[in-house]
Amino acid sequence: MNLIPNSLRSGPDERGQFGQFGGRYVSETLMPLILDLEREYRAAKADPAFKAEFDDLMTHYVGRPSPLYYAPRLTEHLGGAKIYLKREELNHTGAHKINNCIGQILLALRMGKTRIIAETGAGQHGVATATVAARFGLPCTIFMGAVDVERQQPNVFRMKLLGAEVQPVTSGSQTLKDAMNEALRDWVANVHDTFYIIGTAAGPHPYPELVRDFQSVIGTETRAQILAAEGRLPDLLVAAVGGGSNAIGLFHPFLDDPEVRMIGVEAAGEGLEGKHAASLAGGEPGVLHGNRTYLLQDEDGQITEAHSISAGLDYPGIGPEHSWLHDIGRVEYHPVTDVEALDSFQRLAKLEGIIPALESAHALAAVEKIAPGLSRDTLLVVNVSGRGDKDIFTVAKALGVEM
Amino acid sequence: MTRISETFARTRAEGRAALITFVTGGDPNAGSTGAILDALVEGGADIIELGMPFTDPMADGPAIQRANLRSLAAGTRTADLLRIAAEFRQRHPSVPLVLMGYANPMVRRGPEWFAAAAAKAGVDGVICVDIPPEQDQELGPALRAAGLDLIRLATPTTDSVRLPAVLDGASGFLYYVSVAGITGMQQAGQTSIEAAVARFKAATDLPVAVGFGVRGPEQAEAIGRVADGVVVGSAIVELVGQHGDKAAGPVREFTATLSAAVKRAARETAA
Repeated sequence: MNLIPNSLRSGPDERGQFGQFGGRYVSETLMPLILDLEREYRAAKADPAFKAEFDDLMTHYVGRPSPLYYAPRLTEHLGGAKIYLKREELNHTGAHKINNCIGQILLALRMGKTRIIAETGAGQHGVATATVAARFGLPCTIFMGAVDVERQQPNVFRMKLLGAEVQPVTSGSQTLKDAMNEALRDWVANVHDTFYIIGTAAGPHPYPELVRDFQSVIGTETRAQILAAEGRLPDLLVAAVGGGSNAIGLFHPFLDDPEVRMIGVEAAGEGLEGKHAASLAGGEPGVLHGNRTYLLQDEDGQITEAHSISAGLDYPGIGPEHSWLHDIGRVEYHPVTDVEALDSFQRLAKLEGIIPALESAHALAAVEKIAPGLSRDTLLVVNVSGRGDKDIFTVAKALGVEM
Repeated sequence: MTRISETFARTRAEGRAALITFVTGGDPNAGSTGAILDALVEGGADIIELGMPFTDPMADGPAIQRANLRSLAAGTRTADLLRIAAEFRQRHPSVPLVLMGYANPMVRRGPEWFAAAAAKAGVDGVICVDIPPEQDQELGPALRAAGLDLIRLATPTTDSVRLPAVLDGASGFLYYVSVAGITGMQQAGQTSIEAAVARFKAATDLPVAVGFGVRGPEQAEAIGRVADGVVVGSAIVELVGQHGDKAAGPVREFTATLSAAVKRAARETAA
């Protein structure tokens, strides 16, 4: 156990749990592999060469650090808190997903695995995985719900250009959760040579931990950047939460700073009374995809279908560390609807010349609600986790524009 | 003695493997399952596995995935499953009944609730795909306290280092998932099955049953020569998929061919 006394950053425990959440709920076939991965991750973490290679790729391949940008016109428009954007959308491949993929493919290589699989919702994680697979010359199969294949055509084409095989998944709701089921089915049949690059801070231990660690580069940079710009820590951090990897990456380095307030933004779809993807606001704890966490489910434990205009948030669960941070009250979680996200998507484009991903637009919509009520000396950082080029067709359709 | 241990004692005395059959509860609807379970018993099944449908059956191949979805689409609820089990128990007082499924529907109302409800319905054991020994506390203590067996799974990736952890807390029988993969897809080689069964039998007195990819009588016969139990699932579930609420007849006939196969295996061993 890597226990730091009186710290909120010491989890998970030796059973892979954050309080009651997390764990390793996988079939026996996968269990030895999960244990191997944990051992290998511990070894990698202690190996300076692993960190050096990760850092080098972050700098020269991903293009880090990503800027922390003061958004003057958005700040002026909202008339409250001073708003900074963490520009993860400027990373190679256009989102934060690449940070985690670089880390995991280096682990795959350490473990001698020769084939890569991944699930994807919006396609950002699929593109990032296909990218690192191309960079390191490994064959790669991406599982993607057939509904998502349809609504994210540009990313499907990008994955294919990068040499990946894209497998449309037609079971269940044909979205992210079904893509994850299918990736698990492939993995269990190919454990000997295949590494599964999970795209978010969820799944069986040690995935939530290692994804968080690889994504924590976001928060670590933000900390240094805001100190350089303002000479003090931020007052408020805001990030969208599907599985929650960009949010936990931003939040984690600040968890032990009580003066830093944090808000995770869940996708409320049509509203919490209708179809939505807000697992914390509208779900209850249960077991799915290898971990215990908040899930959208009925009274029999059947998983109910999530809905969000953002394919990347269209998932009926959330990473286990978020479930824990929610229960202990360290992080607040707010719901934002499709309509609110669409408005903010357009507003950032017009006010700052930045087209955000629909996922990130959820975080921006929460900022629009909160910032006006905060004083002008409040420092607010919002994570622009991805760019919105992939979403222009979805947004055009929602706005009734023919393309 | 439990119904499960009595059954294995009997089949051992007969010098043969037990025939263990799986169907998904509520497929094609809750009203049809009773007749299908009866057909399995009439066809000669020794132990019945009743699948609890789940929206996300991630360890299952297409046949059982579709069965899960058919069952849920027909509106099958946990209460229906428990009622199907209780009615089966009234009609078949001595045939072991095992619930098989995924963690979330089992733990939804708490493990104690599930263990008590299953025991009350006359269920003898539970197989949970996504609760490995490391998560035993999620279900194991409650089941054992209610007198139910938690049947553990071993797989081709369960090596000798790991086997003791799998056997710790296991009861009823050990279920060997003979292929690394999902249900109903590939078939394991007979030599690898024989080696694995021998390895497990050296480590435990529990009966060892072999399943995953057992498609028909020929394989059932071959596996019946070396294992204490043969599990057939997807092939029966496919018959239900094909014949719907008229599946009882075809299921009975197919089960009879499997039953004859395990009995044939016994004669050959004895000869």
